[in-house]
Amino acid sequence: MERTRREIYLGEGSGTGSGSQHLYVNMGPSHPAMHGVIRIVAELDGETVVKADVEIGYLHRAFEKECEVGPYNNAIPFTDRLNYVSPLINNFGYASCVEKLLGIDVTERCQYLRVIMSEISRVCDHLTCIGASAMELGAFTVFLYMIKAREYLWELVEDVTGARLTISYARVGGVKADLSEGFALKVRKAFKETRQVLEEVHKLLTGNRIFMDRMVGVGALSREETIAYAITGPLLRAAGVPYDVRRAQPYWAYDRVEFEIPTGRNGDNYDRYLVRIAEMEQSMRIVEQALEAIPGGPINVDWEGRAIDPASYIDRGKQGKTEGLLLIPITLSPNLAGLEKPVHQMVNVADKRVVLPPKEETYGSIEGLMNHFMLIMDGYGIRPPKGEAYFPVEGANGELGFYIVSDGTDRPYRVRCRPPCFPPMAALPRMIEGEMVADVVPTFGSINMIAGELDR
Amino acid sequence: MDGQAILRRLRSTFGSGIAETHDHRGDHTAVVERSAIPDVLRVCRDDADLGFDVLMDLTAVDYLKYPDREFGPRFEVVYHLYSLSHNHRVRLKVRVEEDDARVPSATDLWPIANWFEREVWDMFGIRFDDHPDLRRLLMYEEFHGHPLRKDYPVNKRQPLIGPKV
Repeated sequence: MERTRREIYLGEGSGTGSGSQHLYVNMGPSHPAMHGVIRIVAELDGETVVKADVEIGYLHRAFEKECEVGPYNNAIPFTDRLNYVSPLINNFGYASCVEKLLGIDVTERCQYLRVIMSEISRVCDHLTCIGASAMELGAFTVFLYMIKAREYLWELVEDVTGARLTISYARVGGVKADLSEGFALKVRKAFKETRQVLEEVHKLLTGNRIFMDRMVGVGALSREETIAYAITGPLLRAAGVPYDVRRAQPYWAYDRVEFEIPTGRNGDNYDRYLVRIAEMEQSMRIVEQALEAIPGGPINVDWEGRAIDPASYIDRGKQGKTEGLLLIPITLSPNLAGLEKPVHQMVNVADKRVVLPPKEETYGSIEGLMNHFMLIMDGYGIRPPKGEAYFPVEGANGELGFYIVSDGTDRPYRVRCRPPCFPPMAALPRMIEGEMVADVVPTFGSINMIAGELDR
Repeated sequence: MDGQAILRRLRSTFGSGIAETHDHRGDHTAVVERSAIPDVLRVCRDDADLGFDVLMDLTAVDYLKYPDREFGPRFEVVYHLYSLSHNHRVRLKVRVEEDDARVPSATDLWPIANWFEREVWDMFGIRFDDHPDLRRLLMYEEFHGHPLRKDYPVNKRQPLIGPKV
């Protein structure tokens, strides 16, 4: 059979001479513009996408199955890996769902603490999203600026949690440790830098001709369709629906801080960009208010008597030389090495069934040691009563819900995570069909797909 | 409408279509008969007072090893509905037996049900009648079994599938 010229370039069967034929193009799973592993099979007519199919699951790690294996607190490190750009929100969302099952409320200081850390994460997430999608449109400078700003914020996160990404900071009934010393000051400095970056990016992008040509009117989804696809978060707000879990069903301390919910009108990529930019400012506002209002005040470590090196304190306890140990004050760092007792009570629920005792008690008294083991031993641990609970929080991409079923044992019977970027990915074919193939990239970028939470 | 009123409304509209209702930790739940679920979902979406316009989540639970439920219907398909206009939530559940694990699809009401139902089919092996495209979502086509079922061992490995060389 004689091959036409077209067939040599485009592959067999792509042109038999009788009019135009559609061409199938694979994007991903490994593609420079696909941040995260995902495959889009697009059917093209010329440069127009006629039909698209999205294939996910390349990063499936059996999160929900693994959660059923271990005790409740064991799932916390797994939640870090859901949305790995803002892992703190996942941590807190999961912990809050278990707390709802148990019917306990965290302390006031812990509620503010969760708000502060969540909002810092939200800014990180939006910075990454805008930076990456701007880079894909050729604005590499913006990407570098935004990653620079994210670095300042991740330093804050590192300062409090001890890690940048895999933070595992939340615990059922509280958090691992209190804020570090001088945290408010560090936040002020980091926010100053971040605001400066946002100002620069605003000047670079918002009125930029190239950027607007690629973003305005592209990837739009109508208000009705956005709702029908259960899309939440910045994408829904860009379509003009002011839905935000923080406002609609306030949790933690969100009813005690002031913030606005920015909305767009057209639901296109440009409005999504504007909503995210505006949300970052609101998040920083929330953090500043929360730092003002956080109760408990600064932690004054004003010890009297002999101070003792924490390591040797623990060693003495392990050797059984416990007499008088409780009387000796111990100066553990409130962040990385451990938690002093007064701080521990400020950020954790006073419920022995749920929260591990402070280390002074574990190593200093038999009751503390028993309490510790009752929570650690296989088959004991945290045992919520039989039942089920759904707890939604506002993740960076929308409503992040955890649905946990308890059978009364120390392991969750079923953990379901409702990932916020799952619905927009399901709607992605609707957003790109009928548009040019080059528009796939900014639309995909504006969704801010995080494969970790999408595939779980 | 508060949660109790929603449940009362559902009970009075559907009578025996609602098997039971309960309220645990502020989450209001109605267990719906399988035959009634398409109508219940439709009324939930279209009724002006209920106004559940968002299918927030659709998932399933395998009750094979749940204490005291070993002999009941094995699966529960769970719908979480949310109303943007009224700002309220409800949870609907449908119980299905293992040997007849099928539920009417909700894809004609909400397009997002398409992917949610594909995931449930993938993970639990529950079929959705009249679903336009019931393929696996997260696992690959060659995968055997449904991993979130309680009788699927957590450490089971299956051969990796790649392009034939």
